[in-house]
Amino acid sequence: MSIDKTSATAQDEHEVLNTEAAAAAVTAVDPRLLVQEQGLAGYLTEFRRKMKAGELGSLPVIVGLVVICVIFQSLNSAFLSAQNISDITVTMVGTGMISVGIVFVLLLGEIDLSVGSVSGASSAIAAVLAVNQGWPEWAAVLFAVAAGVVIGAAHGFFFAVLGAPAFAVTLAGLLFWLGFMLQTLGENGTINLDSDGLIGKLTTYFFTDVAAAYGLAAVMTAVFFITSFLSNRRRDAAGIPSRPLSDTILRTVLLGVVSFAAAIMYNQYKGLPLATVIFLVFLVGTDFLLRRTSYGRKVFALGGSVEASRRAGINVTAVRISVFAISGGFAAIGGLFLASKIASANQSAGTGDLLMNAIAAAVIGGTSLFGGRGRTWNALLGVLVIVSIQYGLQLESIAEPVKYMITAGVLLTTVVIDSITRKTQKTAGRA
Amino acid sequence: MVHVSATPVLALRGVSKRFGAVQALTDVELEVHAGEVVALVGDNGAGKSTLVKTIAGVHPIDEGVIEWEGKAVSINRPHDAQSLGIATVYQDLALCDNIDVVGNLYLGREVRKWGVLDEVEMERRSRELLQTLSIRIPSVRIPIASLSGGQRQTVAIARSMLGEPKLVILDEPTAALGVEQTAQVLDLVERLRERGHAVILISHNMADVKAVADKVAVLRLGRNNGVFEVKTTSQEEIISAITGATDNAVTRRAARTTGEVSK
Repeated sequence: MSIDKTSATAQDEHEVLNTEAAAAAVTAVDPRLLVQEQGLAGYLTEFRRKMKAGELGSLPVIVGLVVICVIFQSLNSAFLSAQNISDITVTMVGTGMISVGIVFVLLLGEIDLSVGSVSGASSAIAAVLAVNQGWPEWAAVLFAVAAGVVIGAAHGFFFAVLGAPAFAVTLAGLLFWLGFMLQTLGENGTINLDSDGLIGKLTTYFFTDVAAAYGLAAVMTAVFFITSFLSNRRRDAAGIPSRPLSDTILRTVLLGVVSFAAAIMYNQYKGLPLATVIFLVFLVGTDFLLRRTSYGRKVFALGGSVEASRRAGINVTAVRISVFAISGGFAAIGGLFLASKIASANQSAGTGDLLMNAIAAAVIGGTSLFGGRGRTWNALLGVLVIVSIQYGLQLESIAEPVKYMITAGVLLTTVVIDSITRKTQKTAGRA
Repeated sequence: MVHVSATPVLALRGVSKRFGAVQALTDVELEVHAGEVVALVGDNGAGKSTLVKTIAGVHPIDEGVIEWEGKAVSINRPHDAQSLGIATVYQDLALCDNIDVVGNLYLGREVRKWGVLDEVEMERRSRELLQTLSIRIPSVRIPIASLSGGQRQTVAIARSMLGEPKLVILDEPTAALGVEQTAQVLDLVERLRERGHAVILISHNMADVKAVADKVAVLRLGRNNGVFEVKTTSQEEIISAITGATDNAVTRRAARTTGEVSK
């Protein structure tokens, strides 16, 4: 990233010199793209530079996943069986959804401790409405999710308008909504859900037709390629640097391999799980929201500098409230998936290590705790790690206490990696 | 020399501002023409920042008149100033470290197509803007955190240019910069002048003022203490106006004679 600074000192001739130098510098291709044009060797150089600068991205978590797979597979060959992987990907959706909401809050540099309790409360609301009050299930589901959004917005109000620390507000929320859930569930403490109903089907329905899984994989790969290709063509037309075609093809092939591998695996068991489809839809949707809309840009801006955002005319209060509302909404959706998994709403919903797992998943996936950096796909990777470990330990019949300790170890490792990479990035001028 | 229009873009006539018991500005006069760099200098507490904030709409004035292109206007909110065509670059740059250059330039006024960010268009326009201002940065797609202080300053100034303002106010743009970076920013200030913008430059650095400003307006204790043509004024004269040495007849005479000598 060396810049030609020599002409800056020649003030007298700045008109001639600077315009030329600037023309050269500004039209120069993005250095990150330049290396990619050198083919495979270029990628290696680029990779080394990124490692040195501490731009690890999702690399640690992918390495972690591979390590987890190798260890548990060597201990028990059932770990990488189609059934186990299918179970893992269905189970993880509940926690994963909550984690998506957490990513939004972490992007602001804040924390939401209430998501566990809110997820429990919303499952209780849905169960009471659907089973005790006889509402149609779709109405109960919509109401429960809306309740989650309103609850989150209320937390956001106390934080953004009244200025109370988000940590304290959502800690109060954690207790309040736990109490609310217990109150709502009443004396029995458990409401069984109709396993053939809408909520029940969330985690039990599979698209048994093999075409479904392959079709989804094909559509995803094709859409990715077409959008990348068209965006590159637009960039070329506008005369700004674009990714070389080889890069787009490489990425498409990688995505294709992963998604078709998953499709083959699903088809060996029960087929494509509905839960996975819904999770993917939400991930694509939230990723689009965060990276392609001005709302998402505002969220990132707030995570970078509140003062800069305010001066840029961003309504800080509104964005903050909306982010907590999103977090509450995803907590509610996650709660419904968790209730679906056990086909009931009970008193233990949303308690235990759920909150910690949801936050850990976001952080393990690569979302920074310090705000301003992360993607909702991080939630997918992180929750995959956490649930894989849980299933692996379960196969080895390792007891709950040890599971807690191991998950804690993984979380601590991740946070340490996050902190160290931030330090390296600072020294490399990229923090 | 650049052509200077007859009607000033901005003129302050007898502007006063009070904060409780403190009289921050008293009967201040200031004129800025298109294509002119006016340096606003003065000691700490002289009222520079207050004056700039009244122009930028942060503090409404108590007395006096603000004329914009010859017509009296009232500037009560930052929004009023912006819609007139006044852009202010504050000392703390108000950029988001985690967002790239394009994102920062367009923060709060993103270009959208069917409700979706039009990154291609924003990047194209950013490159165009940086090119016309001869701003040199490694890439428009790297986060602000990777840029040097001088580059950040130029990005902040470029950001203020997006709304095609008629008047740009720069609050100590070179305060925290090294020699080369200062030169880059001063180059940029000259380019703003060449493009016909009126510029108000607040600075403590006399060398910078001498280098780029056309006129120097000195504030002392919230009052005007002279407006000097940079070309015909020595640095000592400006400094004595800042420090208040002109209050004394002897130093005034001394300053005048040294001024004549230096000419």
